[in-house]
Amino acid sequence: MAYQLNVNGKAMTADVDPDTPLLWVLRDTLGLVGTKFGCGIAQCGACTVHADGAPIRACMTPIEAIGDAKITTIEGASALEVGARVQKAWSELDVAQCGYCQPGQIMSATALLTQNPSPTDDDIDAAMAGNICRCATYVRIRAAIKRAAGQEA
Amino acid sequence: MGIVQNITEGFSPSRRAVLAGGGAGGLILAFSFAGKGAAADGLAKLNAYVQIAPDGIVTIVSKNPEIGQGIKTSLPMLIAEELDVDWANVRTVQAGNDPVAYGRQFAGGSMATPLHWDQLRQVGAAGRAMLISAAAADWGVEVASLTTEPGVVVHAASRRRATYGALTAKAAAQTAPELSSLKLKDASAYRIIGQPIPQVDTAAIVTGQPLFGIDMRLPGMLYAAYAKAPVFAAKVASVDLSAAQGVKGVRKAFVVEGGTELDGLLPGVAVVADSWWAANKGRQALNIQWTDHPTSSQSTEGYAGQARSLKAAKGGKTLRSDGDVEAALAASAKTVEADYFYPFLSHATLEPQNCTAHFHDGKMEIWAPTQLPEPGRQLVAKTLGLAPENVIVHMTRCGGGFGRRLMNDYMVEAAWIAREAGAPVKLVWTREDDMRHDFYRPAGFHHFRGGVDASGNITAWADHFVTFGEGEATARSAGMAPTEFPAQFLDNYKLDVSMMPLGVPTGPLRAPGSNAIAFVVQSFIDELAHAGGVDPVEMRLRLLSKTAAAGGQGGLNAERMAGVVRLAAEKAGWGKTTLGPRQGQGIAFHYSHLGYFAEVAQVAVTEDGTVKVEKVWIAADVGRQIINPLGALNQIEGSVIDGISEMYGQITIKDGQVEQANFDTFPLLRIPDAPVIETHFIKSDNPPTGLGEPALPPVVPAVTNAIFAATGKRVRSLPLNASELAAG
Repeated sequence: MAYQLNVNGKAMTADVDPDTPLLWVLRDTLGLVGTKFGCGIAQCGACTVHADGAPIRACMTPIEAIGDAKITTIEGASALEVGARVQKAWSELDVAQCGYCQPGQIMSATALLTQNPSPTDDDIDAAMAGNICRCATYVRIRAAIKRAAGQEA
Repeated sequence: MGIVQNITEGFSPSRRAVLAGGGAGGLILAFSFAGKGAAADGLAKLNAYVQIAPDGIVTIVSKNPEIGQGIKTSLPMLIAEELDVDWANVRTVQAGNDPVAYGRQFAGGSMATPLHWDQLRQVGAAGRAMLISAAAADWGVEVASLTTEPGVVVHAASRRRATYGALTAKAAAQTAPELSSLKLKDASAYRIIGQPIPQVDTAAIVTGQPLFGIDMRLPGMLYAAYAKAPVFAAKVASVDLSAAQGVKGVRKAFVVEGGTELDGLLPGVAVVADSWWAANKGRQALNIQWTDHPTSSQSTEGYAGQARSLKAAKGGKTLRSDGDVEAALAASAKTVEADYFYPFLSHATLEPQNCTAHFHDGKMEIWAPTQLPEPGRQLVAKTLGLAPENVIVHMTRCGGGFGRRLMNDYMVEAAWIAREAGAPVKLVWTREDDMRHDFYRPAGFHHFRGGVDASGNITAWADHFVTFGEGEATARSAGMAPTEFPAQFLDNYKLDVSMMPLGVPTGPLRAPGSNAIAFVVQSFIDELAHAGGVDPVEMRLRLLSKTAAAGGQGGLNAERMAGVVRLAAEKAGWGKTTLGPRQGQGIAFHYSHLGYFAEVAQVAVTEDGTVKVEKVWIAADVGRQIINPLGALNQIEGSVIDGISEMYGQITIKDGQVEQANFDTFPLLRIPDAPVIETHFIKSDNPPTGLGEPALPPVVPAVTNAIFAATGKRVRSLPLNASELAAG
């Protein structure tokens, strides 16, 4: 059936089965491939997007559950004040290795800093523990979040 | 087709014609490494790396696959340095698979730096020489009177200057110089090499632009899921294709006969649909029954039992025997005997295996995240009965490699399915497919016997290695070289190997061999150090003080290794740091991929046996020049955390099948468990070598040795088992 969606501030329509996860609607139906498929069971966080500003795992969120929620993907992150700041910190520190997980990391970090502009190390651990980086760029992810928060020495 | 161009934007074979024909006024620098000279036409038969546009923008091809090791940035840096251009004016593009133009293209063995350090600097220097020649001819002056500043040829005497962009057309007509005649820059003149330069794809990565294999989209593209037997290479006995065809969006479902080669096209059932979700739903409806298979009785438990029998039989093939181990053991003041084990591991690249293929006009065109494109092309050609020239492979950025994408099984699957489907097809594996159809780091068993004399010096070392293989053939990546340290550093050394058959595919995992061997060797050195009452750092330095015979472990230089051992110990405050209860430091070193690494880990082990790695100090000697410090540190930090991560997970086999399927059962390390990492380089006067792998192996024994220091408990088997490390 046809679902009316608000993705990155734009009205979009997706004619898909109700059980189709948001991830595959974004990637295959809407052509927004920045959101990544990693595990399909909400274990790795590569598919993290925002629903009304809150981070969700798109791989396990059926399209029928989205309702009126405003969806923000990595493609729309630059339009968020915090998102742009996080992307800048990620670029300056060159956090990525392969880069595959980084859209999810950036969306989780953006949600964290929006909620909590001055996170402690424990806050960062708690907010980012759901995002696996197989290249293990965690040292830089932590540093980039601090830089985006204006906390670096 | 915008996305196609974003992903494979390089001078691929299909695009080169456009560049050659349409690049009016642009210099395409092309020559063979044999120095045969340039040609403006016939590019397909020559190497082509550099294009300079009239506006001065320099486009440099990166020949190798990018898997996160940063090669798409670091190789072009070498060319740009000697070409003498501003990095801000450089654009890099990914090459297509084209071994005629670029030689071997692969991501593996941390080989790109040592293989290309001279070669690609010469490519840049050749371009600079051609630009200078063009200016010399233009101005009627001697070549020797000209110099360059970034992007500009300068005649100091007459104060004439010409931009590379202005010279590009004339330079293209110059004969390429003999590479051996080129004088390369002194390191003190470097403007690009040695600078912390962010990856060229960083902006695209952080904004979610299409880059990876899984991001490919073609007009009219369909999506595929492919079900293979949980027992490797078992065939389809029965299947309900109509059930899949009944799923909305499914276009086609069919059986693929496949073969028996574990790294080829395996039997299975393909479902092709309008969306991947529909394809995978169709696949779940198939109700496939698989044939019995001879390896379906294999299990992790069974391997362990066979290993015990093989150890007890004391047989095996002797790969090396120096001196008289038995006599030396008998004469030792103390002896130690220990059994070590490490499990199978999965690569678990975060981007699951995938590939897009389109069979058109008698040609198979493929877009693949692959570490080894040319063998993939050959595999596709052979399996589909196509001439190799009719198979075109475009390389996409890889969402991780770690050795998994040295195998091209997913490529041949996509090609087969696309031809059957009669449309462009993107095959995407589920995480479960990926974890259950990997080429695993082989498990291994080592039975060690060693001795020390009254002064604590090691007198004898015997390793009975039980691994996998049949007849003379060791399973892939399951061997051990008879030159492996401490061979050639001890008078009495013996290495015996026994093998058992394996129905599970194995393959190289980042720092293959080393990622397991370092654990057992550096742990057993630690055991002997403690048995002999010798400090673990001191024991290692004693071992390394003995000059090895030429050729020891691929040329391991004991002095360089001793240098990093001393530095790591010094930086960690070895022996001088006050540590709390159940807190400890451990040291280990390992030589692999031409890199010298010593690492000290500091751990704290809780009462319930949970290990927290607090900090790791790394001392590294990878030669005189770090090409890109930003990338280098990232590789080292990632390797170290990757190594720690490998201590927590395992792949087990039951009924011939892999038991784990996703990250809930095969954990990867997460941010709360990432230690602080401190890296120090020794800049020795040696050519620079690669950093994709060699930092990984030592961290595993550094951590287990630290656990011993913290708890008195020796970890001889991985993964770590908290209950065995609990207090009491």
